[in-house]
Amino acid sequence: MRIPISWLREFAEVPAGATAEDVMAELVKVGFEEEDVHRPTDTLKGPIVVGQVLSLVKEPQTNGKTINWCQVRVVPEGQEQTLTGKGIDPSGVQGIICGAHNFVEGDKVVVTLPGAVLPGDFHISARKTYGHLSAGMIASVRELGIGEDHDGILVLSRIGLDPEIGTDAMELLGLYDEAAEINVTPDRGYAFSIRGVAREYAHATGTTFTDPASRVTAPAALAGGYGVKLNDDAPIYGKPGCDRFVARTVRGVDATRPTPQWMVSRLRLAGIRSISLPVDISNYVMLELGQPTHCYDLDKLSGDIVVRRAAAGEKITTLDDKVRTLDPEDLLITDDSGAIGIAGVMGGAATEVGDTTSNILVEAAHFDEVSISRSRRRHKLPSEASKRFERGVDWQVAGIAAQRVVDLLVELAGGTADEAGTDVGTAPDTVTIDLPADFAAARIGIDFTEEQIVTSLEDLGAAVVKHDGGWSVTAPSWRNDLETKEDLSEEIARLVGYDKIPATLPVAPPGRGLTRVQQQRRRLIQALADAGLTEVLSYPFVSKAANDTFGVAEQGAGRTAVKLANPISEEQGFLRTSILPGLIEVAKRNHSRGFRDLALYESGLVFLPAEKMGTESIPPLGAKPSDEVLDALYDGVPAQPFHLAVVLTGHDSPAAAAHAPRVWDWADALDIARLAGDVLGVELVVSQGSHQAFHPGRTARLSLRTGELVGYAGELHPKLLAASDMPARSVALELNADALFDAAPDVIVARHISSFPVATQDVALVVPADIPADDVLAALREGAGELLEDVALFDVYAGKGIEEGKKSLAFGLRFRADDRTLTADEASAARESAVALAAERFGAVQR
Amino acid sequence: MTETLPGAAIPNPTDEAAITAAVDQATAAIAGAATLDELKAVRLAHTGEKSPLSLANREIGKLPKDQKAIAGKLMGASRGRVNKALADRTAELEAENDARILLEETVDVTAAPRRRRAGARHPLSTLQDRVADIFVGMGWEIAEGPEVESEWFNFDALNFKPDHPAREMQDTFFVEPPEAHLLMRTHTSPVQVRSMLERELPIYVLCPGKVFRTDELDATHTPVFHQFEGLAIDKKLSMADLRGTLEHFARQMFGDEAQIRLRPNYFPFTEPSAELDIFHPGAKGGPRWIEWGGCGMVNPNVLRAAGIDPDVYSGFAFGMGIERTLMFRNEVGDMRDMIEGDVRFSEHFGMEI
Repeated sequence: MRIPISWLREFAEVPAGATAEDVMAELVKVGFEEEDVHRPTDTLKGPIVVGQVLSLVKEPQTNGKTINWCQVRVVPEGQEQTLTGKGIDPSGVQGIICGAHNFVEGDKVVVTLPGAVLPGDFHISARKTYGHLSAGMIASVRELGIGEDHDGILVLSRIGLDPEIGTDAMELLGLYDEAAEINVTPDRGYAFSIRGVAREYAHATGTTFTDPASRVTAPAALAGGYGVKLNDDAPIYGKPGCDRFVARTVRGVDATRPTPQWMVSRLRLAGIRSISLPVDISNYVMLELGQPTHCYDLDKLSGDIVVRRAAAGEKITTLDDKVRTLDPEDLLITDDSGAIGIAGVMGGAATEVGDTTSNILVEAAHFDEVSISRSRRRHKLPSEASKRFERGVDWQVAGIAAQRVVDLLVELAGGTADEAGTDVGTAPDTVTIDLPADFAAARIGIDFTEEQIVTSLEDLGAAVVKHDGGWSVTAPSWRNDLETKEDLSEEIARLVGYDKIPATLPVAPPGRGLTRVQQQRRRLIQALADAGLTEVLSYPFVSKAANDTFGVAEQGAGRTAVKLANPISEEQGFLRTSILPGLIEVAKRNHSRGFRDLALYESGLVFLPAEKMGTESIPPLGAKPSDEVLDALYDGVPAQPFHLAVVLTGHDSPAAAAHAPRVWDWADALDIARLAGDVLGVELVVSQGSHQAFHPGRTARLSLRTGELVGYAGELHPKLLAASDMPARSVALELNADALFDAAPDVIVARHISSFPVATQDVALVVPADIPADDVLAALREGAGELLEDVALFDVYAGKGIEEGKKSLAFGLRFRADDRTLTADEASAARESAVALAAERFGAVQR
Repeated sequence: MTETLPGAAIPNPTDEAAITAAVDQATAAIAGAATLDELKAVRLAHTGEKSPLSLANREIGKLPKDQKAIAGKLMGASRGRVNKALADRTAELEAENDARILLEETVDVTAAPRRRRAGARHPLSTLQDRVADIFVGMGWEIAEGPEVESEWFNFDALNFKPDHPAREMQDTFFVEPPEAHLLMRTHTSPVQVRSMLERELPIYVLCPGKVFRTDELDATHTPVFHQFEGLAIDKKLSMADLRGTLEHFARQMFGDEAQIRLRPNYFPFTEPSAELDIFHPGAKGGPRWIEWGGCGMVNPNVLRAAGIDPDVYSGFAFGMGIERTLMFRNEVGDMRDMIEGDVRFSEHFGMEI
């Protein structure tokens, strides 16, 4: 909402010289946010004066254009030129070249004299052009920054002005005024008016406020006017779409009269373009009182006005000349011809006021917030009117606003008001709120005095009646947001000042600290950083193709994914089922910025839709749903497990003197996955894996001891890397971290530490090449029995000396007993037993 | 040097002058040895089997009984002196040798390579942990919830009326099909509702997490960002308790000098509602108040939605953006730096913020 300061000053005690910034600073105290300052003089500087064209000589040019060489009087004849400066002619007559042709000798125009500055930092000076010294410029409205019209210069008679020569044109056009723009929260519809803001300004400054509504004298009752019927047969939430309709008629209007400059200038500062006198008056009154009104050409109306819901398939051509198909929920203003307006949103073209209009019907109605809001959204027609109706307009002010429009049409457009008028509808029930005496103090924490409470509420315009133990408060008609004692507490606190609220620190009951999963998650995230990886974040929006590639192991399985109804980009219209696509994008971005050695990780939720998505309906607000309804809400939310993903590319460390960095390879991906398991105390079972995003021969399937699949690690598929411009041999892993958290042991039982000596034995086994080393190791462990402390693979060999199709695996076995020193024979026997099982399972032969 | 001293006669083991001369000759040679190798040669020449002192010693056996004791005493002391001189010089030369070797092993420590990467946390994640720790220290607990959420938890339960403009101000991502009433949470407040439904009263929880709005990415907006919201539900909580909690938190985050300011505002889920500003003495461009978040007393309709009696319990809630906090606390000038994943951003912070 933009507040022209001169307008605010009419109704509030704004100090002389107060700037828009000063006004905003006050309004911030009562809960508005500063948005902007609109001040024409920031970009426009004089001297800019009224001049009269004395002579105009048309001079055709070689380029085909014709220019006017004008002599323009800028000081009344017989008076001295008081301005001085380069290019100011002491005679009071300036020679000016002008390219426009919409004026004649004798016209009064706006002259920007040498020394003036126009918007765009355009400095006016006397300069030689077309063979003359042009000492100034005759301005158009666009050059002055006050309109779009650039067809010609501004001829003052055409906007109804005949000022004295030499008059300060900036004063004349209201360009010394300025506006404060504030952000109004959606609960405070009343503040979309000078009336509301002036009241708030008075609250903020503790000064007095004059209600603009009180300056209008409207008849106590209206009768005999144009026929209006309110026929809403389908109210939304039981609330009639229109509960008041005031219609007034004014005859003999001259709709072509120019709008006075004071009005044009205020509208402009408020952000509204001047259109025609009747429309400007309607907008002016809306800004002043907060009540949108509409002017119909009375002669184009046929029969009674009926406010009703639309029929299916009904159409209307709105003021913007668009044909709109209406919805049965749309509330309409109609006459015998059909729809003549979408109530509270936009009028129809057929009954629009035009230059030939002489008789006008003024509508000032009160519409239901929800109904207007839905129509506005349905037709994507945000308007100044709908903005106010959606937030709530003062039911009581309709008659006053209509009267104000009528008065202005009479005063400015030369019309005559009919005495008869129409006012139909029923006032909504007044809301009386019980405010217990100690309630506000308990809620706010300030020990309010009775006077503070009563004065604050009365300042708002509320009626306050004291009773035993508190007050009955009737909210003013313009405050539809005040419904509860909590609302009143806020108002009292707001007017007394939030800065008066003391600080007390409540003590929470003994807490339980971070949950186990929260601790596990932290440990995991920290462990990866500690291991030298860099944590990054990416967006969860991915393409269908990315989900299909990374989401499931099997090619062509097609991952079901959550699709967004209104994504930022259609291409990335799905929610991730894997973190890797986003992480690979991040890796690519870093790579393109010159970072070749990367170890990136990201953790976060992925989205796995179940068959059941959401719920068909949702319960109303303000009440706890039943357990069944709540369960359905919970069940409808898709599963969102917490995943961890890693991408490694390039080397493990930067190259340096006397240091050869190692190239990351598939084993690093696997190693980091195992590290993740280690820090959580979960053993990952590794097996040869297959996943279409990974190299078919270099992929590890990671599972829990229970067999549950928890992720993959290995080298990314070379084709995928090539297609996505990633360095060859980049490796990656992804784990369902939630599954790991779940598998972590609750209690780890300590093991006895034997202090007897260790007996180590190595064994080299030749097995078929396709037998996984881990399976052989498991057989050794099982076969060795309880004397085995540890077994590790330390060499893999194939080639010379080993039969084709076989490989040699070398293991180191460590034996130790709890209660004695092992003899060499005991250790050897255990080793033989281990080898025997490996031989039995895999045909392993000792080398 | 040779093993024997040529031409030297075997000294008489009772001839003190001759023996002393031999000892002096030996100690002079020992002192003159410059390396361990030279010293070895000296040792052989002066203490070896054919050295004058050894040969003289051997002569003692041939002496008459009465002279044996005199000779033995003389020779013992003399050979002791020589051996001590040898041992001392050996130690000296060994120390010199060791020192020389260490000197030769000198490296340029400034040319040391970095073999290990330190790794780095994303500062948003580090900051989130720090915020959580402050509240855990106050006895609060950390609550979490899903990012794709039922519309009821995100809006209706929080007293957003179905057709109210406030609902549209949230710029919501909806999930297909829209009839399923699922969306990406626009704030972490649905976690507050879940907490109220699932936890025992009183409740003191902090809800950090990712939230989503349909904003295009630019220097100050991102469609995905992080928030932390606090919720306290207890008997007799007032706005003064809210202020006290926020003040305590602000001081933990920004130091004892931190100040906060509340300004009236509107949120459907709180009444009264306030905008929270923090005074930032170190702000770029001079000390000033900075908008930090929103807060207020929980609207009774929100309590009712969770089955809590608003006549018995009251509560307060607050919420701040983590990106915003990082932006003014750590002078991050452009939102994009935080979300593009450039490793320089995370690595500059390391494990700290």
